[in-house]
Amino acid sequence: MFSYCTDPSTLEGLSWLSCYLTTGKHMAFYQSFGIVLVLLAITAPVALMFGFAGATAARSRIWPVSLLGKSYTAIVRGVPDIAFFMFFVIALDQGFEYMRHKVKCPDWSEPVRQGNDFVVCAQAKLPLSTSPQWMHETYGFALAVLTFAIVFGAFAANVLFGAMKAVPHAQLETAEAYGMSSRQTFWRILVPQMWVYALPGLSNLWMILIKATPLLFLLGVEDIVYWARELGATKSAKFTEYPHGNWNAYYFGGLLVFYLMLTSISERVYKRLSLRLSHGQATAAGEAQRKAAT
Amino acid sequence: MSCVQTVQDYAFRSIGYGERLLPREDYTLCEHFTLIGSGMIWNIYFGLIAILFGFFAATGLALAKNSRSVRVRKPAEFFIYVFRGSPLFIQMFFAYAVFLSIKQSVPGFSLLTTAWLGASIVLFLNTTAYSAEIFFGALQSIPKGDLEAADAYGITGWTRFKRIIWPSMMRLAWPAYTNEAIFLFHATALVYFSGFPVWQQRGDALYYASYFADKTFNPFIPYPILAFYFILLTLAVILIFGRIGKRLNRHLPQAVVRRPSFMRTLFR
Repeated sequence: MFSYCTDPSTLEGLSWLSCYLTTGKHMAFYQSFGIVLVLLAITAPVALMFGFAGATAARSRIWPVSLLGKSYTAIVRGVPDIAFFMFFVIALDQGFEYMRHKVKCPDWSEPVRQGNDFVVCAQAKLPLSTSPQWMHETYGFALAVLTFAIVFGAFAANVLFGAMKAVPHAQLETAEAYGMSSRQTFWRILVPQMWVYALPGLSNLWMILIKATPLLFLLGVEDIVYWARELGATKSAKFTEYPHGNWNAYYFGGLLVFYLMLTSISERVYKRLSLRLSHGQATAAGEAQRKAAT
Repeated sequence: MSCVQTVQDYAFRSIGYGERLLPREDYTLCEHFTLIGSGMIWNIYFGLIAILFGFFAATGLALAKNSRSVRVRKPAEFFIYVFRGSPLFIQMFFAYAVFLSIKQSVPGFSLLTTAWLGASIVLFLNTTAYSAEIFFGALQSIPKGDLEAADAYGITGWTRFKRIIWPSMMRLAWPAYTNEAIFLFHATALVYFSGFPVWQQRGDALYYASYFADKTFNPFIPYPILAFYFILLTLAVILIFGRIGKRLNRHLPQAVVRRPSFMRTLFR
């Protein structure tokens, strides 16, 4: 990085540290913080969509649909999320490959499961074995995002289901009295009003989501935990220009601080948001704002 | 090999009794059930230890957070903030690294890096922080009348805490505390995937489930079995905690008892 970094063994103290912290691997480490933020930015809306679909399904008047929605939320919550992460990454991957296999190689006669192997034809592989490295990484990341969205969608469905029930019933009856169809009532009355009830649960969920992001490591993505382990491990002079002992504690301490910052910022944003959303609502917080204004 | 034989060989494999080698090929459904069930011993052990010690520590910590003295309150707040604000996964890695360096520099601490002690400590600290926050919230919502009545009767100090504050606090915190217990049991699945090494393939349920999934490349058998065991465990926790909760509420007029619903707060 810096010009004086060509021979690190001659460096001491701060200049050594400045060189050490700017090696190529450290740059990859810093970029992996971006991966975490990207994951959060993508997963949150997708999970919210899953949750919305789940909650709407659970409210449905058609029995099988509502059963589907309710069992979706119930199962995911009864089992550790880490188990789901480990399950879905393989299951989704095999599911996609199996579907492609059925479409692309219809005249393949052998079974897909042969003993302990899962065999699909070469054209059905995801991503294709000929595709470049970045495709493989992106596919792995996309699988991780989908897994997160499925698991957190179930949590979000639970929150939104509760929020939909919390909207005062009189509001819906009024809408009906004005001659709105049930679809209009849902989109124009229920959905706009439910957010203030959903917000505490969703903020809680956001916190859990933040705290679940290190599990990316288990899904095979080169995330911050991967790099912290890589960089923190003992390095001997034989393999690197920057030998050091076991620095795992420092690296993971750093990650701890990063996550503390992330959650503190989120908490502050949440406070603002709830103030904003309570405005004009028929809740205690909204009432307090009204009184303060007059 | 019959299923009875398999159960004899592997039922206590996770704590080191029975067959030394794990099954290598032709994994039967019976082997799946037995080994994953055997691993559940660890999950239950971690959960019970952490809840048992965490309960008392959390009560103390909640009182510390409620204290009027800044010197008592601030450390308690900081402790809760650190453990609730960061992922358990990272806490495990961090703790393992710290334990490792303690072990290397100070003799006599070699047990800290083993999962049964080290991970128990981390889980204990983690659940203490979460439970303390729950207890603190309950402490703040104790009906004012209860405390005034205590004052009127001249009940003070330790008696006031033991007879008035603590029972009310428990009663109010119980539904949320039940959720915390459920989540703690779920969190025990993290232990062997976060730094703490598995010794002689004696792992928890998730360790064996992922062992099977890796070997057979078929996730559709081991993970549903794992889910089955965890759902059983969750139901057991709900049942036991529900009994205790009922007992805590038994002095109230029964028609009025409205325990906050369990579903709504199943988050931490």
